[in-house]
Amino acid sequence: MNVPQALYRLPLVLMCLLVSAPLLMLFKTWLSLDTAIWQHLWETQMLELVRNTLILLFGVGIGVSVIGVSLAWLTANCSFPGHRFFDWALILPLAIPAYVLAFVTLGIYDFGGIFQTILRSLGYQGFFDARNPFMVVWVMTAVLYPYVYLLVRASFIAQGNHLIEVARVLGRSPWAAFFEVSLPAIRPALVAGMSLALMEALADFGAVSIFGFNTFTTAIYKSWISLFSLQTAAQLSTLLLLFVMLCLFSEKLSSKAIRRQGRTLSRKRELIPLQGSSKWIATSFCSLVFILTVVAPLMQLLVWTAPIISGLLEPEFLEVIARTFMLAALAAFLVVVIAIAVTTVSFSDLRRSSAGSRFWSEFASLGYALPGSVLAIGIMLALGGLDALIANTGIGAPVLLGSLLGMILAYLIRFFRPGYGAVRTGFSALHQNYLDASALMGVTGWQRFRRLSLPLLLPGVMTGGLLVFVDVIKEMPASLLLRPFGWDTLAIKLYQLTSEGEWQRAALPALALVLVSLLPVVLLIYRSRSSPSGIKHSELPAA
Amino acid sequence: MKSIVCLGLMRKVMVVSAAFVFAALLSACSDQEETSGTNHGPDSSEPEVVTVYSARAEHLIKPLFDEFTAETGIRVQYTTDTEAALIARLQTEQDRTPADALLTVDAGNLWHAAEVDMLQPINSEIVRENVPDYLRASDDSWAALSIRARTIVYSTARVDPAELSTYEALADEKWFGRLCLRTSAKVYNQSLVASMIDALGEERTEDIVSGWVKNLAVDPMSNDVMVIQAIEAGVCDAGIVNTYYFGRQEAENPEIPVALFWPNQEGRGVHINISGMGITRYAKHPELARQLIDWLSYEKAQKDFAGLNKEYPVNPKVDPVPEVQAWGNFKRDPINVEQLGALQADAIRLMDRAGYR
Repeated sequence: MNVPQALYRLPLVLMCLLVSAPLLMLFKTWLSLDTAIWQHLWETQMLELVRNTLILLFGVGIGVSVIGVSLAWLTANCSFPGHRFFDWALILPLAIPAYVLAFVTLGIYDFGGIFQTILRSLGYQGFFDARNPFMVVWVMTAVLYPYVYLLVRASFIAQGNHLIEVARVLGRSPWAAFFEVSLPAIRPALVAGMSLALMEALADFGAVSIFGFNTFTTAIYKSWISLFSLQTAAQLSTLLLLFVMLCLFSEKLSSKAIRRQGRTLSRKRELIPLQGSSKWIATSFCSLVFILTVVAPLMQLLVWTAPIISGLLEPEFLEVIARTFMLAALAAFLVVVIAIAVTTVSFSDLRRSSAGSRFWSEFASLGYALPGSVLAIGIMLALGGLDALIANTGIGAPVLLGSLLGMILAYLIRFFRPGYGAVRTGFSALHQNYLDASALMGVTGWQRFRRLSLPLLLPGVMTGGLLVFVDVIKEMPASLLLRPFGWDTLAIKLYQLTSEGEWQRAALPALALVLVSLLPVVLLIYRSRSSPSGIKHSELPAA
Repeated sequence: MKSIVCLGLMRKVMVVSAAFVFAALLSACSDQEETSGTNHGPDSSEPEVVTVYSARAEHLIKPLFDEFTAETGIRVQYTTDTEAALIARLQTEQDRTPADALLTVDAGNLWHAAEVDMLQPINSEIVRENVPDYLRASDDSWAALSIRARTIVYSTARVDPAELSTYEALADEKWFGRLCLRTSAKVYNQSLVASMIDALGEERTEDIVSGWVKNLAVDPMSNDVMVIQAIEAGVCDAGIVNTYYFGRQEAENPEIPVALFWPNQEGRGVHINISGMGITRYAKHPELARQLIDWLSYEKAQKDFAGLNKEYPVNPKVDPVPEVQAWGNFKRDPINVEQLGALQADAIRLMDRAGYR
């Protein structure tokens, strides 16, 4: 290994530079202040917005952890009727964007929806407003719990049941064993899943605005769209960003727990067979979640789409599907390649992985914490600035804004976190001992990467790639603002119709979008099923 | 063994992805060639291209653009987004913008685009002839292409139209718990309130808006369709919506127990707003943009531009489509729509103060 030290940091440095460009643009707005707008926001609605945002954060935080952890526990450790089906089916809500579930949910439960219509035909007089805080929290929980489920489930499986067995031998009850032993051990996975979920909840605008539930993002949009103060909108989003950074940082400080989970060598998992009524309770619980989050929304979409379903196969529409698929694949590929480069190069020697590089890799992931359209604006300003520079120096024509490159860069900046997070988690399978051993055997550099690191990273790479893929398919604001002419994605088609209140016609692109993102989710599941722990012993190269 | 399988899969994924990358780059390049060919080739047989940034949804503009291309041979390239985003993009791109024209809904947005100096005078006799004065900017920076009326809808089952009179009267106590409104975040409501500020002054308007809020049956809705559905379902008895939303619901269910009412007929008239177009400040092809606006203001295009969305044409020589005509004639508020833009910020603050969410 005769590569200069500095070069190891290169991928991470590049990624940080990329992310810092839009952030710089947003923070730069603090050079001046539109006090009138701030005062107005403060006096008329800030309290309500902060209150609603906290309701959302706590509600979704509790919701995703309770549902995510309990389902993960059941499917990872117990056997009950339908267990093998729910094992993968419970991940599917990941494919449904929050704004789609929001408008479908209203379609089902609102005044004119099928639910209340049936109630009325049964003689129930009166109405209830489906647009309440509980429903908002439920919709966000329903689409976001899979993050927790996915990560915690993998963690339970990796943990095996020997920890529980030890606790039980030492005389703990099953519940006590769960809370005292299993739960602390999955904490890193739970925190990782929850932080993804909460960041999305915090940055969401589409779903909350459909419910008329004003959160902090409402103030951001109001300043921009209604009061035409891009500056105030940018300033508000930097506050949001600082809040997220503070949370991530304090979490890191408070958890002195072991971040790297040792992999058990015995791969044998023994499921606890549930008996009597408890097995049916488990089945009912899983079915209920699955029906409410996947079956009912899909049924409503199908009902809406039925009269226009042939539109799905029109060449123009197929082209949009293909383009969306291609963009997502391209972005996922790039994110994963960079994530691998950052992990294997910056952390090539685990003993050298300093606090510094951990900090900077957090920094490189910040794009996920901003509301999509604000980040899009930051990126647009950065690209526009570069274009101006290019034009002024006379190197050539402006190329970035409104180009495919610009769009892909935006995806990279926005979705580095889910991709990198998964790759990094996969990387924890790589004990220093393995690296040392391979060094002793004279296998280093590219050879070591190809024969040792890559196969070990593979499960994480697949998970990361697919998460990014699904996220890109669901992405709307950055695609809207930065796409080249004619590069409409499914999410954009959807936006065009929902913005005109054409809910039924919007069901067609919504359905296509959900189906396209279901594909990789199913693929992800088959992968995780064929090697449930993420890594198998036999995957280690014989060398 | 397993690792070989995995690596094999990995390789396949890589190959497929690489193919995608390649295809993407290729198509991006060919796109570029296409446009640059038209930009620089003076004598090429390639069609000329006019570029539009549009906040009006694709399905409402594409049929017209296609027809324009068929008739004139000029290709229309467009991108859609929200008004605020498109204006921000124009401001960022400055003289590097590819956009020749900006098409938006609501006068407030066009007014703002002109305010930040992103538009230039249209300078067209044809537009002056086809579009009445009060539907054009005083500095000629934009012109309306369709009119949308924001009016009262009511339940035919529970409301006698004689009970209805004006927007203001909906603040009356007798409507307590019977009113449904869309949120104040939508620019349509901001413009409506702006028109009331213009006619009645801030103080009266704030009283009226507070009265509306007191009369709400449920929290404001996120769109007009939900208002109509709530009236139909019996949650409330009256509301305020743009007519074309009602037109869509009516087309789906001709028996719908909801109807339109034209308020303020004794006074200033029904509040109207527009969708309209302007030529961008740094247009590369201002003459093509002008040609497009001219073409859109003629009788033939006017019928479809308004008709596709059940709106009202701006060209006085053109009648609305039959189902829109069936709603009857009404007196329009003659305020210059430009004024609505100027008062928009005041309207937003007023609605916030009145607790209209």
